[in-house]
Amino acid sequence: MAWLRRNGIRIYAALAVAYMLIPIAVIALFSFGKTPRGKLTFSFDGFTTEYWRHAFSLTDLNEAMLTSLKLAALATVISTVIGTLMAMALVRYEFFGRRTTNLLIILPMASPEVVIGAALLSFFIILTTPLGFTTLLIAHVMFCISFVVVVVRSRLIGFDRSLEEAARDLYATPLQTFRYVTLPLLAPGVLAAALLAFALSIDDFVISNFNSGTTVTFPLYVFGVALRGIPVQVNVIATILFTVTVVAAGLVILQQRRAERMASRRAEPEQEAGPATSPRPQPEAA
Amino acid sequence: MSALRRRLVPYWLLGPGAIWLIVFFLVPMYYMARLSLYSGSFATGGFNFDWAWSNFPDALSANKTQIVRSFYYSGVATLLALLIAYPLAYAIALKAGRYRLLLLFAVIAPFFTTYLIRTIAWKTILADDSPVVNFLQAISVLPPDGRLLATPAAVIAGLTYNFLPFMILPIYASLERIDLGLIEAARDLYASSRQAFLRVTLPITMPGIVAGVLLTFIPAFGDYVNVYLLGGTGQAMVGNRIQSLYLVERNYPEAAALSFLMMAAILIVVLVYIRIAGTEAFIGSEEEAA
Repeated sequence: MAWLRRNGIRIYAALAVAYMLIPIAVIALFSFGKTPRGKLTFSFDGFTTEYWRHAFSLTDLNEAMLTSLKLAALATVISTVIGTLMAMALVRYEFFGRRTTNLLIILPMASPEVVIGAALLSFFIILTTPLGFTTLLIAHVMFCISFVVVVVRSRLIGFDRSLEEAARDLYATPLQTFRYVTLPLLAPGVLAAALLAFALSIDDFVISNFNSGTTVTFPLYVFGVALRGIPVQVNVIATILFTVTVVAAGLVILQQRRAERMASRRAEPEQEAGPATSPRPQPEAA
Repeated sequence: MSALRRRLVPYWLLGPGAIWLIVFFLVPMYYMARLSLYSGSFATGGFNFDWAWSNFPDALSANKTQIVRSFYYSGVATLLALLIAYPLAYAIALKAGRYRLLLLFAVIAPFFTTYLIRTIAWKTILADDSPVVNFLQAISVLPPDGRLLATPAAVIAGLTYNFLPFMILPIYASLERIDLGLIEAARDLYASSRQAFLRVTLPITMPGIVAGVLLTFIPAFGDYVNVYLLGGTGQAMVGNRIQSLYLVERNYPEAAALSFLMMAAILIVVLVYIRIAGTEAFIGSEEEAA
């Protein structure tokens, strides 16, 4: 009984983690199932690798996946560049309009997706803009920017600025300082932000649902077939996507920890020199 | 000249992002507000802007059931998420030792799969012949022919699951920062572990709880995917109404009025929260290692 009281919270946590992972296990399991399409019941009629071997045999699904990848890649590049610039302005400079800018960044994150989608659609309806890939790209960049700013910002706070000053003292031009000092130090944060933007974009359904016109992305394809029963290939692709993102995210985390360890080792001998820096990135809502 | 140029640097850096957010977030909000004052319909030959204020009371009364239901479903889901997330975040932050990062990762990882597919996985798990339903029938929680799919329980379960990370992360962040010395001090002063928790840990982590509740409730309130995939006919939420009014019925003025009201309500809550607690919950700590 005492054991239970002491370890209750651990057991509870283990159960909760299991609960979080169950749907993933189901998706992976059913990617090997002989479940015929259209069957919406829980039945696993035997193990097969057929759908893994023919993962890309559905033309519609492949096209949707390609559209999603293209869209996510473009949205990631654009939002990462302009989001990083915004983060630099917010951390590095005191300027008039700072609070308003913060609010402008928070609001898209705090609004329900359905409202963001609806507002953009209202905008495009009144301007009679044809819906399609371009409107999707506009929307995706828009909702990615805020998250990029948050991630890069957390990295910039705790940035040792004396390194840049040293570069300047050694006659580096501002551009050279940025290229050879600032950017390499910033790279892990920017990479994490880009990864998050990519994941957000490729996963987005609600906002895309409103602004896609006849363009079909991967989530929109899944939505279209959901009520009829999804083809097993969707489970296969979801499992692949999951594995790739998890591995990529894992690598980014490991790389960041290594960078931190190296930074702290370097900082140790002169601990009293500067104000304490705490380069611990805050995990933000993904 | 140089001083002026230096003063302008932050604006150049902000420019592209700020313009994008203004043109494609703020301006669309204005257009949505404008659209909510249009009148007319597709059948009668289009819409006209004529200050149709009556769209607002009409939108409210026509969708009263769905609004009440949204409060109910997302309220229960938020509460359940809090009950699951707090002990979990507590265990990860304070009891997990060197497995902390790994556990945090395991908790966040499921949310790297597509939202829709995750929800469809729940549809499979809660299906009529699934082990979960069979078990609940065997222990008579459900009647022999009872089902979970197409019930409010399924929708609430889906909402709870899908927005859980938004609850876990802020609570975890507030627990991780806690000064363990404070809890020890309480214990030294003869507080029981229960008292120490209620009077030290809980108040200190309250900002995290409030942030988590906000970040969970807001997306849950506007969601329509869970109802679409897990719910039945009598379970539409406001999000379903907005989606259907815009994309199926094409009754744009009522659709815009309804989403404008939702946005306004949420905006008030968020602004009040920021006024009291600052912007930290949304964009992280402001302190700089200057």
